[in-house]
Amino acid sequence: MNYTKMGMNDKQYKEYVENKSPKSNIIKDCIIAFIIGGFICVIGQIIMDFGMNNGLDKKSASTLTSISLIFIAALLTSLKLYAKIGKVAGAGSIVPITGFSNSIVSPAIEYKTEGIILGIGANMFKVAGPVLVYGIGSSILVGLVYWLINLCS
Amino acid sequence: MKIGKQTIKFENTPIIRECGSVVGPKEKSGPLSGFFDTVLDDVYFGEDSFEKAESKLIQHAVNMALNKSKTDIKDIEYMFSGDLLNQCISSGYALRELQIPFFGLYGACSTFSEANILAASFVNAGYATNCIAAASSHFCSAERQFRLPLEQGTQTPPTGQWTVTGSGATLISNSKEDKLNHYPKITYATPGKVIDMGITDIANMGAAMAPAAFDTIITHLEDTGRDANYYDLIVTGDLGKLGSEILIEQLQKYGIDISHVHNDCGLMIFDCSAQDTKAGGSGCGCSASVFSGFIYKKLLDKSLNKVLLISTGALMSPVSLGQGESIPSIAHAVAIENI
Repeated sequence: MNYTKMGMNDKQYKEYVENKSPKSNIIKDCIIAFIIGGFICVIGQIIMDFGMNNGLDKKSASTLTSISLIFIAALLTSLKLYAKIGKVAGAGSIVPITGFSNSIVSPAIEYKTEGIILGIGANMFKVAGPVLVYGIGSSILVGLVYWLINLCS
Repeated sequence: MKIGKQTIKFENTPIIRECGSVVGPKEKSGPLSGFFDTVLDDVYFGEDSFEKAESKLIQHAVNMALNKSKTDIKDIEYMFSGDLLNQCISSGYALRELQIPFFGLYGACSTFSEANILAASFVNAGYATNCIAAASSHFCSAERQFRLPLEQGTQTPPTGQWTVTGSGATLISNSKEDKLNHYPKITYATPGKVIDMGITDIANMGAAMAPAAFDTIITHLEDTGRDANYYDLIVTGDLGKLGSEILIEQLQKYGIDISHVHNDCGLMIFDCSAQDTKAGGSGCGCSASVFSGFIYKKLLDKSLNKVLLISTGALMSPVSLGQGESIPSIAHAVAIENI
């Protein structure tokens, strides 16, 4: 709209607000995200080494790692602890596979009140859905390109 | 009677005879804790969903106002109430229990002022002797509707706000009887226009709503011919830190200085840095509970005598934001005075 009483147009107001808004401390946020995200990866590595030292091949050990991390994050989410970690860690706890687990379990808890089918079932992938759609979609595309290249050579 | 461009003068000066307020556990640990009628430890309020809990908040606030004023619910002729949830279910289900003829309102976080304006209009016009105005919000039900699941581990930017869990209700009555004459009166109201200056960031509602408050305040002062310093307190609903700064700065540029008399309910209800509520509180329940719990008591004990309450609302929805629309905002002003 064209509101002029403030002596600014929309664009100027947006710039004014942007200049005035307090900013997140990106460097601090990045360092904390790096430390906590790194810590989650270290736990993953420990699980992986444990698997490989106990007779699993690399592929099985990495599956064990993913499953374990997903389970731990799901457990922490339902104990209401993951959101607390996320508040501090930011991207550090969103980016690893644990964040994916959190994004599926948290709507599942939230929509319990609307029943198992239309509540939990319909809303569980509300946050993670786009990741799945475009993750699987792009993996198909990449696979197709890979297959064509192999075919040509 | 209409005066100026869009202000209503209540020549029969309806009184606010009583208020009821109830807030949640986060607000309990805030600076105004001692002023609310009821403070809860349980966000569920003994119910099995957040929506039911919110509905119970409204019922509770209304019952508090009725009990404190020793008014029978049968003497309440109309109730004006609203909340943030789709189809205003908190109010609808609360009124299913209360059984008062009901007008459901949606003005986002401006609902409390809107309800008071309409209730005062009914009483002023003589259509009713006793009306109730109320509004509510609940952090958990609002998060789920407007943002992300509660247990989703994300961060809020510094301009983000925290929805207040709480409700406030005012009992507005005809002031004809002399013994009621000492109660605070609703003297003027300035309903606002929808103003949108193109802000699209849902985590910066203060900046989106500040122009609406700016417009309503200027219009109110021009229409009534009053100076900003006429008021002891000009209190906005939930502009938060940034929104309040913008409002004060822009009004100053316009030639109106409210810096000495301004406060914001969103800044009053929480200790923002200690409680990690970022830019402050928000929600219909914010101005509703702060006015009903705190400001009304200050009016009663005469430490405040002239208050201009401007509840501010952001009228977007997750659908409109998804379609790339900016955030339209509104602000309604109500003048409450000891005269």
